[in-house]
Amino acid sequence: MSDKAKSIASKKTSSQDERLKEVSKLRLLLNRPELGAVGGAILVFIFFGIVAGDTGMFSAYGTLNFLDVSANLGIIAIAAAMLMIGGEFDLSIGSMIGFAGICIAIPAIYWGWPLWISIIFAFAMAVLVGYFNGILVVRTGLPSFIVTLAMLFILRGATLAITRLITGRTQVPGLRVLIENDPIAWMFATDTFKWLFTWLGSMNLIALRTDGTPLATGIPPSVIWFIAATLFATWILMKTRYGNWIFASGGDKNGATNVGVPVGRVKISLFIGTAVAATIFATIQVLDAGSADTMRGNLKELEAIAAAVVGGCLLTGGYGSAIGAAFGALIFGTVSMGIFYTDVDTDWFKVFLGAMMLIAVVFNNYIRKRVTESK
Amino acid sequence: MSENLIEFNNISKFFGKVIALKDVTMKLKKGEIMCLLGDNGAGKSTLIKTLAGVHKPDEGEIVIEGKKTVFDSPKDALDMGIGTVYQDLALVPLMSVTRNFFMGREPLKGPPFLKTFDIEKANQIAAERMGQIGIDVRDPSQAVGTMSGGERQCLAISRAIYFGAKVLVLDEPTSALGVHQASMVLKYVVKAASQGLAVILITHNVHHAYPVGNSFTVLNRGKSLGTFNKKDISREELLGMMAGGEELDKLEVELEEMNRLNS
Repeated sequence: MSDKAKSIASKKTSSQDERLKEVSKLRLLLNRPELGAVGGAILVFIFFGIVAGDTGMFSAYGTLNFLDVSANLGIIAIAAAMLMIGGEFDLSIGSMIGFAGICIAIPAIYWGWPLWISIIFAFAMAVLVGYFNGILVVRTGLPSFIVTLAMLFILRGATLAITRLITGRTQVPGLRVLIENDPIAWMFATDTFKWLFTWLGSMNLIALRTDGTPLATGIPPSVIWFIAATLFATWILMKTRYGNWIFASGGDKNGATNVGVPVGRVKISLFIGTAVAATIFATIQVLDAGSADTMRGNLKELEAIAAAVVGGCLLTGGYGSAIGAAFGALIFGTVSMGIFYTDVDTDWFKVFLGAMMLIAVVFNNYIRKRVTESK
Repeated sequence: MSENLIEFNNISKFFGKVIALKDVTMKLKKGEIMCLLGDNGAGKSTLIKTLAGVHKPDEGEIVIEGKKTVFDSPKDALDMGIGTVYQDLALVPLMSVTRNFFMGREPLKGPPFLKTFDIEKANQIAAERMGQIGIDVRDPSQAVGTMSGGERQCLAISRAIYFGAKVLVLDEPTSALGVHQASMVLKYVVKAASQGLAVILITHNVHHAYPVGNSFTVLNRGKSLGTFNKKDISREELLGMMAGGEELDKLEVELEEMNRLNS
């Protein structure tokens, strides 16, 4: 072979290799489950940047506001997403939020328990409820949709009945005074990075109150929990053996069982995960509001599932991501708050939510076909 | 080597009044491919599940490398080196080649309590193993759903071998495949046997079984009609022995009769 021919040949192969790599990278990106949610979030930010850019929505105060709403939803959406990847649903998340709230408030206010023990009690109840959901689904083989729908009614009803029986009302106020000096409550009730906001305020970079303190006082605890939950869930799904078992359990229950994956235990632990996430949500809200309300968390389970679906989770299980669910929650939180800054009537929010979900499901279906059928 | 790697002596299995298996005996040496033939309802599925440790035999004994053994669970059978590849392959189409290959048995790295799935090592092993069969996995993180039926079958077999199978039990590995894909799988099975594995190939397709098998056991209505070496039996005789063979003979006779009457 002449030198010239050689050089042409080598050029050809190297250029081919380069192209192959590029294509596969693009394909890799296109095949990621969170692609739709990330793209959607970018579109949402561009939209509000244009429509509401000068209204204060993106000021420090406004930003923390929509981040707080997104984060609260995100905490339960991530747990719901992991459960969906594992092949099951939990419709009792919203009821669990109300139930966990009174599990904290009634012992603390009426029984005189220290607040931290009440919080631990609520989490213990969450583990029980999650375990019960899980064991019922695994043992009976019934669809989790039905089992947890029953739990939705049972928990909400029990919350209402127990609260009225003990307190004679449906709300339990008076928690705020208990937060101070509590060894655990600060984890759910403290704004962080206060120094940063004080400094930004002193530099006149963010809006101040009339007394000179900044309007936005710090990062709310929900945001910290949200970020931690996203990182933790992603680490589990992508980097651990348990994560692989979650995908396997949702992807093909029988196949997974045949190669030794403890499918039952995986699913039960995921149900415990959604109940615990609901309790984190409840604790943050109860301590923030200083009161528990029996109707807290109503319909939150559907928002969580919607966020997970927008984030790329398949309803049939075995596919999805925690980052996707986080972005799904960010989309909903941003729109639900951002709509106040526009001239659009807030009634339209639910229309948007539904439309977003439909688009996401169609898109995800297309992605799944790409992943499984292309060669 | 004359010693049998695995023996199933007079295995019987009853479900209530139903006799699913009666006195089935099979013996396999290293490197031997035994084809288990039988029509639908012959007891093939029950036998597979008994081999795999799902069912415990009601009578008879399982002997592995000279030691009498009882499987209490599928894991037991697995630990004793019985690798069963079911018809559904236990593969998840939405998961990557690597994640499927190591499903349930992921390699770990890192300190105790913080052990993580060693995905780099897993990717490397999966690509290497698939390469040995001649399947070029361009990217081990590609979904199994993108692979052909034959490639999936080979992946499942390769996985069983990697995880220490000494006896491969293959349940209808070629039934859903075209000719080309089936021959690819059968070639791989022969290669696996030549490396010292014993293979039990369950099929109802004599044409796929005959070229690769060393011996043939025919099941009919839960009973073994015997084990035959390849040199002692022809393809047609095998076909005749499987249930349906008699029926086909009868059909042939009847058709001849009709022809004779018509002419």
